Amino acid sequence: MIRIHKSLAEIVGEQYVSNRKEELYIYSQDPGMMEPHEPDYVVMPKTAEEVQKIVKLANEEKIPIVPVGGSLSLSGLIIPHRGGIALDLKRMDRVLEVNEKSRYVVLEAGVTTGKLKAYLERNHPSLRFSIPDAPPSATVVGNIVIHGQGRLTQQYGFNSGMVTGLEVVLPTGEVCKIGSCSVGPYWFSVAPLPYLAGLFLGWFGTTGIITKLGLSLYPRKKMRDIEMFLVEDPNLVPDVIHRVTHTEMTEDIFIGAQPYPPVFKDIIMIGICITGDSEEELEFKRRMIWDAVRTHIDSREGGFMMLTPDIKLPLLEMPTTGTTRFADVMKGGGFEYCGPIIPVEKFPEAFKRLLELSSKYGITYGMTGRVIGRSHCMMFAFGYPFNRADPDNIETTKKALHDSNVASLDIGGVPWKPEVPAQKMVMERMDKNTLELMKRIKKLLDPNGIMNPGNWEAE
Amino acid sequence: MQAYAKQIHRCFRCGYCKFPSDFTDFNCPSYSRFRLETYSTGGRLWLIWAWLKKEIEWSEHFAEIVFSCATCRNCVEQCPMGFSDDIVDWIVSARSDMVEKGLALPHIRDFLNNISKHGNPWGTARSKRDAWAEGIRRYKPGDEYFLYVGCVGSYEERGQRMARSFAELLDAAEVSFGILGAEEDCDGNEAYMLGEMGLFQELAKKNVQKFKELEVKKVVTLSPHAYNSMKNKYPRFGDFEVFHYTQLLSEMIQQGKIELSELKAKVTYHDPCFLGRYNGIYDIPREILKSIPGIKLTEMERTKENSFCCGGGSGNFVTDLLGGSEENPSRIRVREAHETGAEILVVACPSCMMMLDDAVKDEGLEGELSVKGIAELVKESSK
Ligand SMILES: Cc1cc2nc3c(=O)[nH]c(=O)nc-3n(C[C@H](O)[C@H](O)[C@H](O)COP(=O)(O)OP(=O)(O)OC[C@H]3O[C@@H](n4cnc5c(N)ncnc54)[C@H](O)[C@@H]3O)c2cc1C
Ligand code: SF4
Ligand code: SF4
Repeated sequence: MIRIHKSLAEIVGEQYVSNRKEELYIYSQDPGMMEPHEPDYVVMPKTAEEVQKIVKLANEEKIPIVPVGGSLSLSGLIIPHRGGIALDLKRMDRVLEVNEKSRYVVLEAGVTTGKLKAYLERNHPSLRFSIPDAPPSATVVGNIVIHGQGRLTQQYGFNSGMVTGLEVVLPTGEVCKIGSCSVGPYWFSVAPLPYLAGLFLGWFGTTGIITKLGLSLYPRKKMRDIEMFLVEDPNLVPDVIHRVTHTEMTEDIFIGAQPYPPVFKDIIMIGICITGDSEEELEFKRRMIWDAVRTHIDSREGGFMMLTPDIKLPLLEMPTTGTTRFADVMKGGGFEYCGPIIPVEKFPEAFKRLLELSSKYGITYGMTGRVIGRSHCMMFAFGYPFNRADPDNIETTKKALHDSNVASLDIGGVPWKPEVPAQKMVMERMDKNTLELMKRIKKLLDPNGIMNPGNWEAE
Repeated sequence: MQAYAKQIHRCFRCGYCKFPSDFTDFNCPSYSRFRLETYSTGGRLWLIWAWLKKEIEWSEHFAEIVFSCATCRNCVEQCPMGFSDDIVDWIVSARSDMVEKGLALPHIRDFLNNISKHGNPWGTARSKRDAWAEGIRRYKPGDEYFLYVGCVGSYEERGQRMARSFAELLDAAEVSFGILGAEEDCDGNEAYMLGEMGLFQELAKKNVQKFKELEVKKVVTLSPHAYNSMKNKYPRFGDFEVFHYTQLLSEMIQQGKIELSELKAKVTYHDPCFLGRYNGIYDIPREILKSIPGIKLTEMERTKENSFCCGGGSGNFVTDLLGGSEENPSRIRVREAHETGAEILVVACPSCMMMLDDAVKDEGLEGELSVKGIAELVKESSK
């Protein structure tokens, strides 16, 4: 143990390695509900070279490594289930390059979504990225590793689909480039080469450590606005989404419902964001959207809500703090959600199951959803606040989450960023040859099974 | 159980509090210094809760984490939750529990003992408190202002410079004022922030008693720390008013009591936490600077509510729990000031003066950037 500690300290410097109880305690858990497990060391590298040395050491010594970003996925994906090294990457925090004309950014693994937002606003005000509503301390890389979704996901698909290049330290220590950057100096695209990025996205750090990321940027229009369409009948939601996405006029489309304050009970809110470079552009888009849902307005099954500036502003905020504040609803310091990706037409069923579970377990809920692509699918969050100081409430909420995962799979969805038990549920239902392929890839890349063990581990 | 123990689990560890409002860079000085999650606000609150639940035991490292918070209130400003106003109070309450149980770090204990015995954190003799103040008038009943100089202003050479400049400006403007000299005692702000409530109350009581005896109606403080404790924490009595020296200076300039001549310099201004985030005074110091002909004020990236703390709060200007690295918050701040192209980094707090002046030396920026108090600049311009 002393020998390993010394070697790690030689690589990153004494002050960036710890095996003290306090660090081990904090890095044993995330703000979600999964059981904690302590690492043996917390290590904070500054460069890809340091990461490479740490991985080589861990591979030789067969020590587990868990890449840690903002620890905000909430499903325990950074919990070191088998101990080893918690590798906090947030010191690798440089934005390395922005290519304005080809609209991409190259950044290090620890750059937070907050920092990238601020950096672009300050230095490249005509560009933006698909920022998620996670707190700003989440990392951009952590978000793409879990197939995150952001404000531009309705227009351009999953954030992981916006990857233009990667630099990865493989579990055996080689540094590998993926995409155009592996052939020349530019990071514009992972095509037209074989799609190797897929070996690292959605794998939760079990196949390697991403040290650099190339990411598509998009035009930042001068103005943003939001329209809020309300319906009571969940069966109407897929049609509203279908009609609105058909206009191709919108930025983000998100859905929300919660039983409080009581005036909002039984109401489903569909937030439709628009952007434009002029008031005329916005007005044109507004009209197109209104026309698209006119039949629901005429039939009085739905309608737009008047939004005063004090309501609008927090909804347009990026990231919106409203999502984070959900953790304080019960004054209990926590919430967790099961957020499967589902076909849009399954919204009514998912919503019905959420209400059933909330009533079965006697707990409150918050439903949020986000449309992915032009209604190609959506994220549907079965969200539950919980009270960290109340063990009974935690147990009940865990059961509700488990049932939500089952419900997600039953209705034909796939749990997003599933915690380890939900990963097992997914793998049980997975096509056997697909599972075998995953196992083979994992074995090939990580022969000693050191990378984030416990995750995507088939029996 | 103390009130904070029933609330502290409400922290979600979301990390909003690590940032300023536009997320440009990390803005919690202890997190910026160490970058381990344990030193972020959320990490610290979770550890305190773990200690209360007995999931972790007290250790010196734990105490270091709890006491290295500079009580700068950036977290209070940025946390989106309903309890945000209470965060620093929770940390102070945990410190208070530790101090009561004799679990403060040795140098924190020394710091507090020195204040208790000698009236200042260094343990220098009380009789030396007014060694700097030759020629400065002593307060007597009937004077308009009682100038409270504070420990840094009394004992530290750079603080003394600030105190002298202000006193001389008052003198020149024929404002009726006086100091207490060797009779002055510590204001207790740092004792409060470090959780030594007994000592704080004793100091507050003593000071208030003294003010009463001397029929003090208006106190003007050199340090924002003293301003904060006297204005917000001292028991209220009579129609006793507290001012920070920049407020008085601004009034004097407006009333034409100080005549300002041209002083060509490019400057930037550092907001002290106890003036800014604690008391909402952001514009007055800037107005003073703008009123000096020839001064060009350029703002740093992080200012006002979003200002980055120099790391000196909660006694760190002596205990130095955040020092020893390039990532020392005061060095980060000095680099930020240097990036503006300013030749002078202007401060309104003697503790910030100490921290930032040391940092200029550590960064090797002497000759390129100097640190000056607002009164010093005004004085230069009033010659
Ligand atoms: C209030 C709230 C709102 C949220 N809203 C959204 C939202 O709108 N959209 C959304 O997509 N998500 C959302 N999330 C979920 C999540 O916080 C984000 O997706 C976040 O970006 C994840 O990044 P992270 O840095 O926290 O990742 P972490 O949790 O630190 O890591 C995620 C996974 O990636 C792995 N990993 C991290 N870095 C690397 C690396 N360099 N190489 C290899 N593997 C790595 C980790 O081991 C882990 O398995 C939300 C969460 C909260 C708490
Ligand atoms: S103090 Fe507030 S902002 Fe900071 S981590 Fe806790 S909940 Fe989040
Ligand atoms: S008061 Fe300042 S140093 Fe202390 S936790 Fe809050 S932001 Fe960090």
